[in-house]
Amino acid sequence: MGTRVFGEPVKRREDGRLLTGRGRFLDDLGRDALAAAFARSPHAHARIADIDVSEALDVDGLVAIYTWEDLPGRVGEPLPLLIPHPALTHGRTGYPLARDVVRHVGEPVAMVVARDRYLAEDAAERIRVEYEPLPAVVGIETASRAEHLVHDDVPGNVGAVLVQENGDAPAAIEAAPHVLEFSLSIERSASMPLEGRGVYARWDADDGSLRVYSSTQASTSVRAAIAARLGLPNGKVEVVAPDVGGGFGVKIVHPWPEEVLVPWAARLLDREIKWTEDRREHFVAAAHERGQLQDVRVGFDDEGRVLGLDVRIRHDHGAYTPYGIIIPIVTSTQLLGPYRIGAYRAEVVSLYTNTLIVTPYRGAGRPQGVFCMERTMDRIARHLGRDRADVRAANFIQPDEFPYDQGLTFQDGRPLIYDSGDYPELLRKARELIGWDGFGAERSAAAARGRRLGIGLGVYVEGTGVGPYEGGHVEIDTAGRVHVSTGLTSQGQSHETVFAQIAAAELGVPIGDVQVTTGDTRRFGYAVGTFASRAAVMSGNAIALACRKVRDKALRIAGEALEADPRDLDITDGVVHVRGDMSASVPLRTVAVLSNPLRYAFDEEAAAATQFAVGRPATEPPVASGDEPGLEGRDYYSPVRSTFAAGAHAAIVEVDPDTAEIAILRYAVVHDCGRLINPMVVEGQIHGGVAQGVGGALYERMVYDESGQLLNASFMDFLMPYATEIPRIETDHLETPSPLNPLGIKGAGEAGVIPVSAVIASAVEDAEGVRVDAMPLSPDALYTLRERAAQDPSLRVPEGARIV
Amino acid sequence: MKPPPFGYHAPASLGEALDALAAAPGGKVLAGGQSLIPLLNMRLAAPSDLVDINRVAELDTLHVRDDGVRVGALARHARVERSAAAAAVQPLLGQALRHVAHPVIRNRGTVVGSLAHADPAAEMPAVLAVLGGTVEAASARGRRTIPAADFFLGPLESALDPGELAVAAFFPAAPPRTGTAFAETARRHGDYALSGVAAVVSLDEDLRVGDARAGYLGIAGTPLVLDLTEAAGHHGDWAAAAAHVRERIDPEPDIHAGAAYRRHLTGVLTERALNAAAADALRKAED
Repeated sequence: MGTRVFGEPVKRREDGRLLTGRGRFLDDLGRDALAAAFARSPHAHARIADIDVSEALDVDGLVAIYTWEDLPGRVGEPLPLLIPHPALTHGRTGYPLARDVVRHVGEPVAMVVARDRYLAEDAAERIRVEYEPLPAVVGIETASRAEHLVHDDVPGNVGAVLVQENGDAPAAIEAAPHVLEFSLSIERSASMPLEGRGVYARWDADDGSLRVYSSTQASTSVRAAIAARLGLPNGKVEVVAPDVGGGFGVKIVHPWPEEVLVPWAARLLDREIKWTEDRREHFVAAAHERGQLQDVRVGFDDEGRVLGLDVRIRHDHGAYTPYGIIIPIVTSTQLLGPYRIGAYRAEVVSLYTNTLIVTPYRGAGRPQGVFCMERTMDRIARHLGRDRADVRAANFIQPDEFPYDQGLTFQDGRPLIYDSGDYPELLRKARELIGWDGFGAERSAAAARGRRLGIGLGVYVEGTGVGPYEGGHVEIDTAGRVHVSTGLTSQGQSHETVFAQIAAAELGVPIGDVQVTTGDTRRFGYAVGTFASRAAVMSGNAIALACRKVRDKALRIAGEALEADPRDLDITDGVVHVRGDMSASVPLRTVAVLSNPLRYAFDEEAAAATQFAVGRPATEPPVASGDEPGLEGRDYYSPVRSTFAAGAHAAIVEVDPDTAEIAILRYAVVHDCGRLINPMVVEGQIHGGVAQGVGGALYERMVYDESGQLLNASFMDFLMPYATEIPRIETDHLETPSPLNPLGIKGAGEAGVIPVSAVIASAVEDAEGVRVDAMPLSPDALYTLRERAAQDPSLRVPEGARIV
Repeated sequence: MKPPPFGYHAPASLGEALDALAAAPGGKVLAGGQSLIPLLNMRLAAPSDLVDINRVAELDTLHVRDDGVRVGALARHARVERSAAAAAVQPLLGQALRHVAHPVIRNRGTVVGSLAHADPAAEMPAVLAVLGGTVEAASARGRRTIPAADFFLGPLESALDPGELAVAAFFPAAPPRTGTAFAETARRHGDYALSGVAAVVSLDEDLRVGDARAGYLGIAGTPLVLDLTEAAGHHGDWAAAAAHVRERIDPEPDIHAGAAYRRHLTGVLTERALNAAAADALRKAED
């Protein structure tokens, strides 16, 4: 490779624009568009008896009101079930606007279009909907009891039962020297991007085409969905993801009701229409994640090696299943982490409740799985009186065992085979970074001063870069600028920087000459989307492959111009030259001119490519058979299966003996995502992930009451941590390249969040000597644990086992 | 999250403001807007009119006198928080204001606005109550002074009548040999407290505890003031005072904390705050 940019901490090229207010987010667009607002269900479960809009008609500036009955043909059909799975025997999705029955608070019932958003909300407020309330099913235990049903035709409220198995776990547990049995619980949280969802649509009646801007993680798929619903060919629908203020998973769901309705109404009214989600809507009408109950049985030997593990996972997927059962599939497979488990069985029961839908949020089922496994490791260590780190080490898959087949099926339908890793080294580095081995003395010294400290640890493996594919397109123009595009979208991942680093390194051009476009179907029409820590692996490799095509072509054309063998040529700083001889050279911009034989010279540069200037033999066509004009290339990367990143986190916490407040004193991360494209960007991803993990561990939950009302649907009461709640994060890297892709990289987007709840639980348990089985852990929850443990010794962690 | 329609008035003088309020009995006063604007946007409040007093310069005052601190209706939290003169006369003001939300909110929000909003979880009502301060109210009909004990009627409910504007609040100075302290526990930095205590301890000439009282936020519908002199005794048994408080209060559970934890926590904070206030009083007595 030429210019040294791959692997360097190149500063984010998007920051100048974004930090000086020049970003263009959804609500910055369409200033003159009509505004849409929605009347949403105030009930968790109810039958719609009547909708009366007559009062709303008085609002000055009202343009239209739509209910389900107004939606023609495919527009009114239930939303698609995006990821069908054989185990999802009772998948159900909602309608764009509720038809007869509402199944969660916030479900859209009517759409209002008005001159501005104020008026649209005035009108929406005046729509009178007569509801006949039905019993609400809230919480996993209530859903399991199935005294009432969310969907009349789904018995037991069970959407799916999925069993993953490798060996005979029950038998292995029966035969094991030690057996433990316990239950765990994780509450709901949500992606909660600072920018909510939003859609802005423009219909061009003359052209019969639609342009839609959406704050989405999957613009190509949104296009396909809109085209299908509206009966338009793909080529007449453009979908652009502008600057997107965070996604974290929630914006991968599509098409949202609003993504169908806004374009439909824009075409019907032949007017520009925009809908910008507000925060209250986001809480009740987007998506949540995490909520699970887990029942664990584990059998192990005297060294703490797990001989059999049997887990029953009850997963709350909310009112509908548009995204299938991806989350519990991920939980039940990634639960195994870096460990070689004797025999494993996981049974997932995925349940309907009258609450908002549950779809992937950063981590996507892994935090729950890792919480389960790491709590299990701690339990084993306490039971045996062994060091928690040593018990983990005793179970590790060893570096010489890769590729390692866990014998299960992963979320991409492919075998769960780990490609590479070095888990003992990860743990060694984490122990060193946090000071694991010297902590006993630190704790004692603190205790002597009346302070209560604890240390915790968590190790995980993350399947990243799932297929099926991504593509990249690279074009060098006659000014020497390199235009890189890929179809997947960006929500803050630094794609403009890291994809440019890859292109600059592959092509041998200055990074300043590279421009990156993502998520715009006008530039690249085939893509899957940004989720599952896949963008760098998928599009990064596709862009590298496309660059190699362009490079080969550039060398071929330059070879003709320089009368040199292309194999003797190299590219440095955008100039093709004979290797070791800069005098015999031609700049890439000239190569770009030469690549496109011209009849018309529109400027002096172009004259070099006109028919009386180029010197190709008159016996051959100007564009050779099989060749194309232009210096551009397109390629795709489609992996046979996922690549597996890993990490180890450790933390030291302090708990207040009186107020039960929990403070994280130190947080250390050792992370392995294969070859690093940009260590600074990876650290940024880790920091953001850990921050969200701290939210899940100590602050965030969705407080539904028995009737299905979300009681904390605001940033005042949903406790997303502030910067003041996040500790300084110490990081170290390990690089075990992936053998599966040309760049040797693995995904890093979700890593930070995955083990945090497990780590904090481990540390608080260590500090307090009381069992921690449920997250998040508030001061009130810890106080209650203390009170209960004072009465019930079985809730206490044996003092003698609390060694490090 | 857009407000319903309302009439908007931007008076330039107190007289104009009072006239506007008199003409719009369903009107609300807009000062810092840190509570009112979210309520409007969430359509939880729908006043017919907003009387924006931000142009009324005569309300943007902070008078520090020997007998106390008079805070005008437009004085922002941040101004009072940073006033060394105010801190010298009544240190509890700055001690509590540091816990009011975040710096950006304190730059905009006003002390008097916070009192008029009468949120029982807010800091300044508890401070006014424990200090026995007053609120000056004006209307087109005249002026009156309302003692803190009569001002807070219930959650988000003050003694201000329709058409009345709280033009200032008066926080009495600390007597000699008096120490103050403020302690609260919030889920996140800057959040409304799960419980909070504003403590004032005065020593007599023999350096015994002459008076100990605490004002509480977050545990009742209005700021609660407890005289703990007797419970603590002359020698300041703050643990006994805390035990007394735990028995005396009846906190409500909410989504952030249960009643048992709040009761326990309030005791812990009581002991800590009284301890700190007593130490402060001793320092002042020895100066």
